[in-house]
Amino acid sequence: MNKRLPFGLAVIMLVIPTLLLVAFTHYPALRALMNSFWNNASSRRPSKFVGVENYQALLEDDRLVQVMLNSTFYAIGTIPVAIGLAIGMALLVNAKLPGTSLMRLSFFMPTMLPMIAVANIWLFFYAPGIGLASQILGVFGLPPINFLGRTETSLISMMFVAVWKEAGLFMIFYLAALQAVPENLKDAARLEGAGRVRIFFNIVLPLLRPTTIFVAVNALINAFRLVDHVIVMTRGGPNNSSALLLYYIYEVTFSQRDFAYGATLTVLMVGLLGILAAVQYWVLNRKAHYQ
Amino acid sequence: MTQGLDKILWTTFGLLFAAIWGLPFLYSVWTAFHDEIYSANFVWNAPLTLENFAEAWRAAPFALYFLNTFILISIVLVANLVLCTLVAYAFVRYRFRWAGYLFALIMVQLLISPEILIVENYLTLSRIGMIDTILGIALPYLTSAFGIFLLRQTFLTVPVSLDEAAQIEGAGAWRVLWNIYVPLAKPVYLAYALVSISFHWNNFLWPLIVTNSPEVRPVTVGLSVFATVESGVEWSLVNAATLMTTAPLIVAFIIFQRQFVANFMRAGIK
Amino acid sequence: MTILTKLAGSCCTAAVFSLAATSLSAAELEFYFPVGVNAPAVETIQALTDEWAAQNPQHSVKAIYAGNYEETTTKALTAANAGQPPQVAVLLSIDLFTLIEEDVIVAISDIANTPQDQAWINGFYPGFMKDAQFEGKTYAIPFQRSTPVFYYNKDAFRAAGLDPETPPKTWDEMIEMGKKLTIKNDSGNVTQWGTRIPTLGLGGAWLFGGLVVSKGDVLTTETGIEARIDTPATKASLEFLLELSKQEVMAPGGISWGDTPKAFLEGQTASMWTSTGNLAFVEENATFDWGVGFLPGGDGPGAPIGGGNFYIFEDTTEEERAAALDFIKFMTAPANAAKWSIATGYVAPRPDAWDTPEMKAYAERLPQALVALDQLQFAEREFATFQRAKVTQYLVDAIESVVTGNAEPAEALKNAQEGADAVLADYQ
Repeated sequence: MNKRLPFGLAVIMLVIPTLLLVAFTHYPALRALMNSFWNNASSRRPSKFVGVENYQALLEDDRLVQVMLNSTFYAIGTIPVAIGLAIGMALLVNAKLPGTSLMRLSFFMPTMLPMIAVANIWLFFYAPGIGLASQILGVFGLPPINFLGRTETSLISMMFVAVWKEAGLFMIFYLAALQAVPENLKDAARLEGAGRVRIFFNIVLPLLRPTTIFVAVNALINAFRLVDHVIVMTRGGPNNSSALLLYYIYEVTFSQRDFAYGATLTVLMVGLLGILAAVQYWVLNRKAHYQ
Repeated sequence: MTQGLDKILWTTFGLLFAAIWGLPFLYSVWTAFHDEIYSANFVWNAPLTLENFAEAWRAAPFALYFLNTFILISIVLVANLVLCTLVAYAFVRYRFRWAGYLFALIMVQLLISPEILIVENYLTLSRIGMIDTILGIALPYLTSAFGIFLLRQTFLTVPVSLDEAAQIEGAGAWRVLWNIYVPLAKPVYLAYALVSISFHWNNFLWPLIVTNSPEVRPVTVGLSVFATVESGVEWSLVNAATLMTTAPLIVAFIIFQRQFVANFMRAGIK
Repeated sequence: MTILTKLAGSCCTAAVFSLAATSLSAAELEFYFPVGVNAPAVETIQALTDEWAAQNPQHSVKAIYAGNYEETTTKALTAANAGQPPQVAVLLSIDLFTLIEEDVIVAISDIANTPQDQAWINGFYPGFMKDAQFEGKTYAIPFQRSTPVFYYNKDAFRAAGLDPETPPKTWDEMIEMGKKLTIKNDSGNVTQWGTRIPTLGLGGAWLFGGLVVSKGDVLTTETGIEARIDTPATKASLEFLLELSKQEVMAPGGISWGDTPKAFLEGQTASMWTSTGNLAFVEENATFDWGVGFLPGGDGPGAPIGGGNFYIFEDTTEEERAAALDFIKFMTAPANAAKWSIATGYVAPRPDAWDTPEMKAYAERLPQALVALDQLQFAEREFATFQRAKVTQYLVDAIESVVTGNAEPAEALKNAQEGADAVLADYQ
């Protein structure tokens, strides 16, 4: 519609809600930027302007390197796996097989649980010697694996947890998309002698692309946003092997009480997300263009 | 012939996959109903007990935690529904120069959610004295970019003719909104409500930072405070507490399974 | 004077005194406390708090369970920074420097300045008072203090042909006996380890401190600006941990604090190094004969002191401080300290608590409880400096990187020392 927006309405409908949003999204981002140029205040001296000193610390921070590597690996690991599993689950649940509602229940259940509950469940599951994982390994005569206590396995263990929680939700989105695939397209292909696999890859999958993009974006946001499991299960350890960026920000700011460095890291994170958003926008635009 | 075999194979595979997928959760539930001794030693016919739940309930004010979560999600939901409706309505029905920029500005929140800026948001709350309040937890989420996005999409599908007809009959902006746009968006409201409730019920890190005292602790933070005993975790107790705090959502889900699924699906479709 | 006059006189005196007592203005106390061990701690604290409240109806006190130690500290600091601190809290003894630097606590010796108060402060074990003092003032009062001890499964000892009344005293003995105690099943997997020492996180760092003390050094000093991370003692301690895994006495990789008591009770390890605060938990759940000994030491016995102290916060009124002080005196009174110690296994921080009949009976019934007390003389303060969380993280990272096989002790310690020194440089 093309009505002109009267000022009074604008204030109520737009300004106030937007101000609320800006107050907790854009304003803090700017403040983080400002605060990153100052150091911490303490009872003995007020904070003073230190220019790029915090950023120098950023560049010299070994732990941060580890954290960035972890976060990257974590994102690259969880997103495709979650998507792949979600598609598989959706295909299973969508097929005309008995017991699909039971399957759907099982797959979607983790999504209903808070991450903190998921973390407790998996902490218990992973407990060396005591947990179910070790008990199962024991049945096969294998030694218990110290999932959360070895630097090699801690991050991957976290990734399993994240995928377990997310795949069910993505499955639902794919389910919706699958059910929207026109049956006649598949029938036509079948008439031409295409097997199930061909049908899937050549017809269904391309039609799932919008969903995949939507799911991938969601997965990416979650990969950055959700660190509850790290807090509860490993606290970033051992030796920072499972520390993710937001967890590191949390630890630096609220555990070590280094608010200035926390602000600096926040700027880094926002910058990173901004770049990702730009890349995604560009990719989407190109795809749209070629469509 | 092969069709039947196919079906059996896929069904078996599917059920097996689902069983394995559900194993951690199922074992956790199992442990909650059995004595601590069995938490590390699975025994088929171990005796059932409700003692863990009783003990967990006594050990921490879970009733209070539930109340806090309920208050929190109510505040957020009501605010979301109202504010997002207003904003979406403004974008859809009116034309103004800076609409594109404003929309882009708002959509930033999709990627940069309040938890990302946890440090500064915490400091902001501290400055306005809203630390350790339920409203303080809710504040950053009152306007939801996702809600605005969804509702805008939905409102765009409302036929312009309906709107114009109502205007001819003399209806003002509010009347049109309430009588035409809102009713047509009902299913989306429901879908969004489910997503919102689920998200805020499960939110942990932000409430953890904002709350200090049990009076305002939501259930997720309460569970973590309860479960992070520094040494010697009693797993049956923790699992019982975990189950207790997630039971309402799980029960609701099992009963309304189809609606849940349908609504999440709707929320996902553009 | 007639009897009547005397009676009237004493009545008046009594009236004046009781007026004076109740004229202590009403204070509302918020009391944050952590639970660091698996024990009915919350209930016991609540019961004690209620008792004090009943005895002091003019005040009100709310005991708030704030999670584990780290969380409680964070919450207390957060609240203090927001202008709404608790009046009194039990926080880690090692938080001292942070609390002083952020200027949120008062020196208790400043409030407790009568001769009786001084005598009261002097009535605590000096070992526990060491880390409650800074620059001549007392900032904290010991409450739930502990040292780690060596718990061992006597039945497992017997089965391995070892004397169940003679736990290992030295590192060499630990390795010797440990090798005998480790049991493997037919597939070659270990079903029972010789020992289990937590190495991850702050719990691991705490125990590591004990190893260092037993080699004759300390990790930090009372100045709060010195971190002795790269020393021969620390290097020897790391090498001991590595040796334990190499000799298959202990599981390789990082070992978590939280799972350890359970693993011991499940028979997955024949012995464990953990806080004396787990005594009650072990006593309640052990299905085997068990004992407690000193931590095996490198050159002699050595242990870290740990646990929490009472602190009074700065942003409080005079009445609140007086009430808080009274509350603390109550909680640390011999009978109550005894109650608390018996319920958990923490070491009662005053000799007169150990003299109460309850404690004497307890010690008779459970002689294991005395071990931590006896070990106290060989114990040193836990790792604490200004910017404690940041500096300790260097130590934690070093330990974790070595036990997970990702770094050599010498290199890890050197890097940690550099990091710590850089942070503490501001305070020199």
